[in-house]
Amino acid sequence: MTEEIIIAGFGGQGVLSMGKILAYSGVMANQEVSWFPSYGPEMRGGTANVTVILSDNRISSPIVNEFDTAIILNQQSMDKFEKTVKPGGVLIYDPNGIIHPPKRKDINIYKIEGTLIAAEMGNVKTFNMVVLGAYLKAKPVVKMESVDLGLQKSLPPRHHKLIPLNLAAIQKGYEMVEKVQSA
Amino acid sequence: MGELRLMKGNEVIAEAAIRCGCDGYFGYPITPQSEVMETLMEREPWNETGMVVLQAESEVASINMLYGAAGSGKKVMTSSSSPGISLMSEGISYIAGAELPCVIVNVQRGGPGLGTIQPSQADYFQSTKGGGHGDYRLIVLAPSSVQEMNDFVDLSFELAFKYRNPAMILTDGVIGQMMEKVELSDFKPRMSPNEIEKKYGSWATLGKPKNRGRNIITSLEMDSHRMEVNNRRFQEKYKQMEELEVRYEEIQCDDADYVLVAFGSSARICQKAVDIARNNGLKVGLLRPITLFPFPKKPIGELAKRVKGFLTVEMNAGQMVEDVQLAVAKTKCSVPVEYFGRMGGIVPTPLEVVEALKQKLIGG
Repeated sequence: MTEEIIIAGFGGQGVLSMGKILAYSGVMANQEVSWFPSYGPEMRGGTANVTVILSDNRISSPIVNEFDTAIILNQQSMDKFEKTVKPGGVLIYDPNGIIHPPKRKDINIYKIEGTLIAAEMGNVKTFNMVVLGAYLKAKPVVKMESVDLGLQKSLPPRHHKLIPLNLAAIQKGYEMVEKVQSA
Repeated sequence: MGELRLMKGNEVIAEAAIRCGCDGYFGYPITPQSEVMETLMEREPWNETGMVVLQAESEVASINMLYGAAGSGKKVMTSSSSPGISLMSEGISYIAGAELPCVIVNVQRGGPGLGTIQPSQADYFQSTKGGGHGDYRLIVLAPSSVQEMNDFVDLSFELAFKYRNPAMILTDGVIGQMMEKVELSDFKPRMSPNEIEKKYGSWATLGKPKNRGRNIITSLEMDSHRMEVNNRRFQEKYKQMEELEVRYEEIQCDDADYVLVAFGSSARICQKAVDIARNNGLKVGLLRPITLFPFPKKPIGELAKRVKGFLTVEMNAGQMVEDVQLAVAKTKCSVPVEYFGRMGGIVPTPLEVVEALKQKLIGG
């Protein structure tokens, strides 16, 4: 198994930390992982993205041109990354702020109302975990136990009291994700 | 097995420095390597091992602090990115001339000038051929994974002290910024002055005891004849490094018709390119120089006897390609050596590499 993922959205949405938690979950499941962030001028312009690779084998290039899964959280990222999904791959997006929904017919498309759900849960910061839950439903690449361990490892101990809330958000996203198109 | 963590390459440099018993770090922030000092400041190693961490007022100041501390026999290091290394180059030349050990990390970004903050490998010439003035060489190690960022810190210190010569870890924004699994090294205690003297001989300026002459550390020698003697000694040392310290990795070269030559993050891109090419029925291998100086001339020469061509892949305008051409020329084999690369902070993709290989070497 090799899963190449791009997560892209605005800075502050928790894109990089979602990637880190996913990568750490992979470490906990004994997978090979890599996490490569955008750190350049585009980040300073407000958008952020991270490439995460999970694999049973040694990972060659941490930078790839096409992805098994794209998790897209704003319009700029839709414009940039919809075309990079492999045929038959997965695109997950939050319709909040998306003016032009994905048009590709050869990929599986999932919709998650992450912004809405996080607001309903009373903590907008759980947004990224809702989206992570949606991803894990679409692509069960790691077990929930590993995600729990991944959270423990990637959050500093002073934030461990927030883990149950994060797990609840992941569960919510897992339940609420909607498949809108099959390839 | 040591502790397994998910860390950025830059963070690992800092952690590895603490763990290998480094005595001091002097640096100045610059993207994309600022996490090195940030991690050190957060870890507060002065409470744990007594290691000094100091943010200097500039790169020029930090390299000269390194010079002074190295002269007292301490294990000291700095890190910067390309423009900062240019500022340090005078000091690096002095340290090489005074024959002192230290470790310098260059997390390269695109140049020339202030350039960009994106990854690049355009400082290959600067690192392997000079940078500063005079006939000196650095031992240059090029990690291509976060794990090697850990492993090469200790190795660089070992080599730097063995040859009393500055060692450089030449990496870039990709390896510095990415996170991978890493098995951290075990803690080694810092060495006392006596232990250093026992292991590496007496050359540090620690105060003159009655039973030996003065230890003098300087790069200045007004007598040209004596300066030539010094230079001959340096050259002898560099020759010895070329004989003993060459490190490289061959990936799927055994049956290869074509061999990619790439170091650091480019070598990672090329590993994927090798897989893609082999899936297309092309017998392609990868030679990854781990030491850029000393350069693995011999293994390249050996391959030249049986392969149909080399393609160097570099994030620069074609620098290492010259060393590959020299290594091949020495064998008198007429094997083509081509170059492919991107510049200014653009990272080539594996598919681009395969396309370049087809166009430049295979034809079609």
